[in-house]
Amino acid sequence: MKLKLKIWRQKNSTSKGSIVNYNVDNISPDMSFLEMLDVLNSTLIKNDESPVSFDHDCREGICGSCSLYINGQAHGPDRAITTCQLHMRKFKDGDTIYIEPFRATSFPVIKDLVVDRSAFDRIQHAGGYISVNTSGNTQDANSIPINKTDADSAFDAATCIGCGACVATCKNSSAMLFVGAKVSQYALLPQGKVEAADRVVKMIDQMDLEGFGNCSNTGACEVECPKGISLDNIARMNRELMKSKVL
Amino acid sequence: MSLFFDSSIARKVSMALSAIFLMVFLLQHFAINLTSVFSAEIFNQISHFMGTNPLVQFVLQPILIFGVIFHFVMGFILEFRNNRSSKVKYAYNNGGANSSWMSRNMIWSGLAILSFMVLHFIDFWFPEINTKFILNDWSGLHNGEFRYFTELQHKFSYGPRVIFYCIAFCFLSLHLLHGFTSAFQSMGSTVGRKKLLQNLSYLYSICIPLGFVFIALFHFFNH
Repeated sequence: MKLKLKIWRQKNSTSKGSIVNYNVDNISPDMSFLEMLDVLNSTLIKNDESPVSFDHDCREGICGSCSLYINGQAHGPDRAITTCQLHMRKFKDGDTIYIEPFRATSFPVIKDLVVDRSAFDRIQHAGGYISVNTSGNTQDANSIPINKTDADSAFDAATCIGCGACVATCKNSSAMLFVGAKVSQYALLPQGKVEAADRVVKMIDQMDLEGFGNCSNTGACEVECPKGISLDNIARMNRELMKSKVL
Repeated sequence: MSLFFDSSIARKVSMALSAIFLMVFLLQHFAINLTSVFSAEIFNQISHFMGTNPLVQFVLQPILIFGVIFHFVMGFILEFRNNRSSKVKYAYNNGGANSSWMSRNMIWSGLAILSFMVLHFIDFWFPEINTKFILNDWSGLHNGEFRYFTELQHKFSYGPRVIFYCIAFCFLSLHLLHGFTSAFQSMGSTVGRKKLLQNLSYLYSICIPLGFVFIALFHFFNH
């Protein structure tokens, strides 16, 4: 396959970036999207040019590192996948492909396609945990009865890999699907209920502090989420916040 | 700890509450207007009751005005804040791939409704306020008969106004097609009720604006 790439290049976090055109040749339809970028970078290095920086790690859809906005969609034109799981067979020979970093004021560009998503870490630090007093009397988790529906919903919420596609695809750069998933995964379980009221307030406070936008329920985040995190988690988070403030 | 209304979710919840309040109001407005199709007398009686009842005029009307203003102002505030959260836009964004046009353009459909409301206020509300509060005429009479139905027919006898009303109700329908379920989602009420709320949303968002269009056209062709 021959492709024309339009890639966002930005030297560092303070410089002004722009779209730069590249042509790539001999791309196999069986390559992953990141492998296609590897091919491009090999060529750039051979030509003594700066390779395109992009985030990646596990390359099997688990770590949440890869974060590209491809042809106007987070993680590209497929559903329930990360960029590393996107294959070149999704494109046609001669296609023009736009590749941009995830855009949000809270996700500043570090270089080229690499963005700083540490805002998510700070939200997690604010309350996305359970304080367990391990004084030697910790109850075996398997001995605590949890109904199947709650266990399944908590598990589904916990599959969020924090890639940031929800923020990137949201027209308001809202992080509510991410925060909703993190709030839900604990609030649904008995171990997490103890701190549920505090947790939701702290995490939302931090989310607002980071400058993420408001959710306007477009549902784009749910569609683009590689793990299929449901909008129900946002509804649950809203309810948890109201409960914590009103009750 | 922030105060409840400092948080982004609280702003969304307040927006949703005002939306639900306005949707309830719209339903009763529609029910009253619909009587004009069946009986001028009933329409006159209900209009007179609503227009002169102290509870409606001095309690519910100010709450309604507050609700309308709050919904618009909060809508603009949210839009402004949301624009700030993403300063650099994508060179290529395919929003249509994952969300509806209605959900991405609530501000524009809202502005269309706002412009309609200006005309609606000029047509009906300001003259009412002038008659009752400036001229101090609470009789509801004109030439010895109730004036409400005649005024309604007179307004809808003008073609361009009817066309503008019909277009505005199309925008209202688009606004509601997203706004109805969005309001309940913001309230955290959609878990386990998504399908039911979606069906109710279609029912409300299509039938109510279509009903208003029917009433306007009915009076245009029957005046």
